[in-house]
Amino acid sequence: MTGQPLLEADGLHKAFGPTKALDGASIAIRAGEIVAIMGPSGSGKSTLLHCLAGIVRPDSGHVRYQGAEISALSDGERSALRRTQFGFVFQFGQLVPELTCLENIALPLRMEGVRRREAEARAAEWLDRLDLADVGRKRPGEVSGGQGQRVAVARALVTRPRAVFADEPTGALDSLNGERVMRLLTEAARETGAAVVLVTHEARVAGYSDREIVVRDGRTRDIAREMEGAL
Amino acid sequence: MSIGQTFLGLLESGPRHGYDLKKTYDDRFGHARPLHYGQVYATLSRLLKDGLVELDGVEPGEGPERKRYAVTSAGVSDVELWLASAEKPEPYLQNTLYTKVILALLTGRSAADLLDVQRAEHLRLMRELTRRKAGGDLADNLVCDHALFHLDADLRWLELTAARLDDLRRQVRA
Ligand SMILES: Nc1ncnc2c1ncn2[C@@H]1O[C@H](COP(=O)(O)OP(=O)(O)O)[C@@H](O)[C@H]1O
Ligand SMILES: [Mg+2]
Repeated sequence: MTGQPLLEADGLHKAFGPTKALDGASIAIRAGEIVAIMGPSGSGKSTLLHCLAGIVRPDSGHVRYQGAEISALSDGERSALRRTQFGFVFQFGQLVPELTCLENIALPLRMEGVRRREAEARAAEWLDRLDLADVGRKRPGEVSGGQGQRVAVARALVTRPRAVFADEPTGALDSLNGERVMRLLTEAARETGAAVVLVTHEARVAGYSDREIVVRDGRTRDIAREMEGAL
Repeated sequence: MSIGQTFLGLLESGPRHGYDLKKTYDDRFGHARPLHYGQVYATLSRLLKDGLVELDGVEPGEGPERKRYAVTSAGVSDVELWLASAEKPEPYLQNTLYTKVILALLTGRSAADLLDVQRAEHLRLMRELTRRKAGGDLADNLVCDHALFHLDADLRWLELTAARLDDLRRQVRA
């Protein structure tokens, strides 16, 4: 691996009561690359993603963003980091039901202090790009699951983040809609140079990544790299 | 499907006669298709010629069934390498993967590692197909999707097997 990774976790441990969710997990994400985090249900994938994104604080170990320790930041600094540098796509339930889809996409810009007109103009560009022209005025409850996830993708990318965290982004979609979301998410990330941390247990979704890390019982393995090393 | 390496793995627990190898193989891996004696002795003479097995003793009498075979250290390395390397992803891999998992459990090797290595190999091909879809027309997409769903089915079977390894280990070694 050459150069400093964009994002790096090293020897993470995290317990919830008696449950060891992470038990020595490590991962490094370079700028602009798409990395799948795979593994069975309950293996610690989401916890790893939450630690990388500064949402959950590990019990021990390091998380560094551009070389700087995330746990050393104050709560305010960490939420500013999430707002300005990161984007998020979850399985569902992330859109604000009272706002229209256009307003949902514009929301992260509004929270950064961008004026309404400009925020909504930038949001509208994403509507076109993700084939969502008809849904801008609708509320999340009035659009299909696939459209809702594409709105979430637009919202994650509208601030031009350096890293997008996607946790089972197609988990609630059928094959065709899942594929559409993955294609748009990865194309948009490539165009904007965002790295993607993609948690999935589905191989067909992981097919959109550049490489995969496998989590089992809270520990990570980079099999492809080990195989290369063995040759 | 490699009968030779499977024999080598079975011989790791001690020398056996050809007849005994055939019977164990048929019980564990033969399913509806038991080996012919011709296959058994052709395989054993090849392994002998390649130095992967050696004669452990010949009992008095006539015929190949008098010979007892033992695995050599070259034979152990051979089966070790086979178990550790990924299979080329292609249709109808189940038999080979099944045999590898059972043989790994029987010989005390890591079946979980084997599954991880195979997953990485499958994903490598799935990425290639996914990329081809992005640059292709609808017909390319349909062809690639067919392959992707089959590879996905292999992997689901692998994941389920990985989740059942502890139970499987108990049964196989019982
Ligand atoms: N907030 C929490 N409280 C209690 N247990 C949790 C919490 N989050 C995760 N866990 C437990 O930690 C383990 C790993 O969970 P998770 O990271 O969500 O796994 P995955 O995303 O791979 O399914 C599981 O056993 C889960 O039940
Ligand atoms: Mg999860």
